[in-house]
Amino acid sequence: MVSLLNALLVLVLLLNLFVLGTSRISALIHAVALQGVVLASMPLIVHGHLVLPTALIAIVTMLVKGSLIPQMLFKGLRDAQIKREVEPIIGFMPTTLLGALGTAAAIGLAAKLPLAEGHAQTLIVPAALSTVFTGFLLLTSRIKAITQAIGYLVLENGIFIFGLLLIEAVPFLVELGVLLDLFVGIFVTSIIIHHINREFASLDTRRLSALKE
Amino acid sequence: MWFYCIVASAVLVATSGVPGMFLGRRSSGGQMLATAMVVAGAGIGIAAAFAALLSGAGATVQLRGPVPELALHFRLDPLGAFFLVPICLMGALGSIYGISYWSQEHHPRTGQRLRLWYGLLIAGMALVVLASDAIAFLFAWEVMALSAFFLVSTEDHKKEAREAAWLYLVSTHVSTLALFALFALLRVACGSFEFRLLEPGQAGLGLRTAIFLVALFGFGFKAGMMPFHFWLPSAHANAPSHVSAILSGVLLKVGVYGLLRTLTLLPAPPAIWGGLVLVLGTLSAVLGVLFALGQHDLKRLLAYHSIENIGIILMGLGLAMIGQARARPDLIVLGLAGCLLHVWNHSLFKSLLFLAAGSLIHSTRTREIDLMGGLGKRMPRTTLLFFVGAVAICGLPPLNGFVSELFVYLGLFRTLDRSPGAALAAPALALVGALAVACFVKVCGAVFLGLPRRDALRPMHEAPSTMTAPMAVLAAACVLIGVFPSTVVRPLHSVIHLWNPSLKEDPALGALAPLAALTPMTLLFGGILLVLFVFARVSFARRVTRGSITWDCGYARPSSRMQYTASSFANTLVELFRSVLRPRSHEPKLSAPFPTATSFHSRVDDVVLQGFLAPLWHQFRLRLRWLRVFQQGSVQSYLVYILVILFLLLFLAIPLKDTLRAIVGTDVP
Repeated sequence: MVSLLNALLVLVLLLNLFVLGTSRISALIHAVALQGVVLASMPLIVHGHLVLPTALIAIVTMLVKGSLIPQMLFKGLRDAQIKREVEPIIGFMPTTLLGALGTAAAIGLAAKLPLAEGHAQTLIVPAALSTVFTGFLLLTSRIKAITQAIGYLVLENGIFIFGLLLIEAVPFLVELGVLLDLFVGIFVTSIIIHHINREFASLDTRRLSALKE
Repeated sequence: MWFYCIVASAVLVATSGVPGMFLGRRSSGGQMLATAMVVAGAGIGIAAAFAALLSGAGATVQLRGPVPELALHFRLDPLGAFFLVPICLMGALGSIYGISYWSQEHHPRTGQRLRLWYGLLIAGMALVVLASDAIAFLFAWEVMALSAFFLVSTEDHKKEAREAAWLYLVSTHVSTLALFALFALLRVACGSFEFRLLEPGQAGLGLRTAIFLVALFGFGFKAGMMPFHFWLPSAHANAPSHVSAILSGVLLKVGVYGLLRTLTLLPAPPAIWGGLVLVLGTLSAVLGVLFALGQHDLKRLLAYHSIENIGIILMGLGLAMIGQARARPDLIVLGLAGCLLHVWNHSLFKSLLFLAAGSLIHSTRTREIDLMGGLGKRMPRTTLLFFVGAVAICGLPPLNGFVSELFVYLGLFRTLDRSPGAALAAPALALVGALAVACFVKVCGAVFLGLPRRDALRPMHEAPSTMTAPMAVLAAACVLIGVFPSTVVRPLHSVIHLWNPSLKEDPALGALAPLAALTPMTLLFGGILLVLFVFARVSFARRVTRGSITWDCGYARPSSRMQYTASSFANTLVELFRSVLRPRSHEPKLSAPFPTATSFHSRVDDVVLQGFLAPLWHQFRLRLRWLRVFQQGSVQSYLVYILVILFLLLFLAIPLKDTLRAIVGTDVP
């Protein structure tokens, strides 16, 4: 069980690096959707045996992260008619390197953290830390509003992984809370995308500084 | 059982604006549905509140949240129920008034959101007076405060409304911040977020005084007590009139409620607290009415009168607190009865006045008193209703304002034997009454009498009955309390008993004030007035009337603009108090024999806002300009700030030594 979980978490980590390295937004969305589906299957593995609430979380998460949100993002993409992220604030190669460094640091840090018995041998904590860091990197280094929305999504994926630690204690409250939060976040961002696009005829978030006082 | 009715009604009211959001911008269905929901919810709320008031009993309910720490407590007791009555009554009447005043048809852009926030405001206020722990209270408080912000900014295409809303938002957050401090201190004192009476041993006088002062600041801000009133006139003037009626008539009282509730938690208040409240109340009353005299904007004028009336309410409260400290039940009963009854009365007549002002504004399309005139003949029903409100707010018999001020007067006279300093507030109250009369003579004279100063040919319409009916209800309530004051004794007593349970048996209000004698006296007085009025009508009807300019000074070609204006009427008094009011005027200089066209205008600015806060804010902006470096307007850099703060907090939260030890693996000294 632990090895399967770790394998999936490694997949998540690889997807993180891919997300940082690619410039095509549709590939980005696909990668994040895949990451979401992988994450959605994890509660089942962590929990060990199938119970209704856990299955429910898994299904809802899968639907939201794997289908609903990607569809909304693709719709935003179509409306805005863009295909790739050009000239990010920090380039693709440097961000990928930073992400790799961050992942290494996360693994190093997690090994030294005083964790509970069951969690020490899994990759949950390092994967969570690394995914949150990746999300932040995306948020701070990319310019297009839609990439920012994806960064937010990756950030929330990291928090979701952290939630796995608590799944025994507070089964699905945390998850549902995160999902709701995520959904609202993406919803708001897609509205903002629409508005920025309409107002400035571009998705460049730097244009927002024209609004400052 | 009543409690669940109230919860149901709060939900009904809170969601009243939602269906309208899904209907078309021009359809009036959502508006009708919202009004029906608010009226139904408010009806249930009033019934439940009266049931609690008359039985004197309370009901407690605990809502358990998902997180164990976060259980919300609500309680219906006489004090909360007493404030629930005006909230529900005004909520319903304002909603009915809004049908015509802010119809979806004429305000397609703002109507839906106005109704959404309106419902949330009423529900938020209702939950504030029901909350019995700090978390629930703050939740409800913020719902209320933020809804009010969106209501003030309804007309956000006007710069004036945006500025007023902004000022309101800043002030309300200062108030909320003080409440956070208040509840933190209360938790320090009693170890719980629930509202329960502190034991005398639990908190020293210093801590209790700190709690009291923070409460006075936070709730005083909300209530518009001087000198924290500066946000109030512009916010109340720029909101739609039925919202102003709620803000002025009811929302300010929620601040008073908070103060009263906090005082029920603090044992053995020293007399100096009461003295402080009495002084601040007197100051608010006198300065409020003085500033009202200097206003040209009808709604700003009414807003300053709210400050005056909050002052009178606080005078009653201060008197009751002095009574509590000195163990004088008669002072407690009279002071608290004056305070509480004035809460009801002010919510009745101030809402009435704001609604009537709304009708005037609706038909004249201006808030300037000096541009109105001659409306008495054109809008007779509104005129009569405004007049009733004006008489009530001046504290004249036979209306309700007189009764509550009478309680305060009687209480103040009774302090003469032991603490004559407090009795000095009585002449101040008399001054306030006289100035209020002067102010409303100015308003009534300039607005209703004389000839129209502008648009003389434009047909002015009387307000439709959906607007006059709510006003008529309020006016009837004013008359009812004024003529039959004994009807309110029972609710007052149940609140007084709750507020001061140490009183074994409180002296009856009827024994302290000549309530029974008031009814025949006012009936007689009213009868005489009615006879005189009818007689005058009949005798004038026989005479031949001739229309002309009111005051023409012997000019050859007088025009209706040459009438006495409201400003000229008030000028004597404004000049008399020039040292406080600091009126500023722009006067034309006539130099040549044939002067060119010129203009004259005068204004009375708010002394706290323009004289103190505006310069302070200017200095802030100058001195802190370097901070602008951080405001680049780029989302990315803001996110980096968040990251940095997150790391800082993490380092603060994590026990650093242990973590270091865990990471390094050896002992760190």
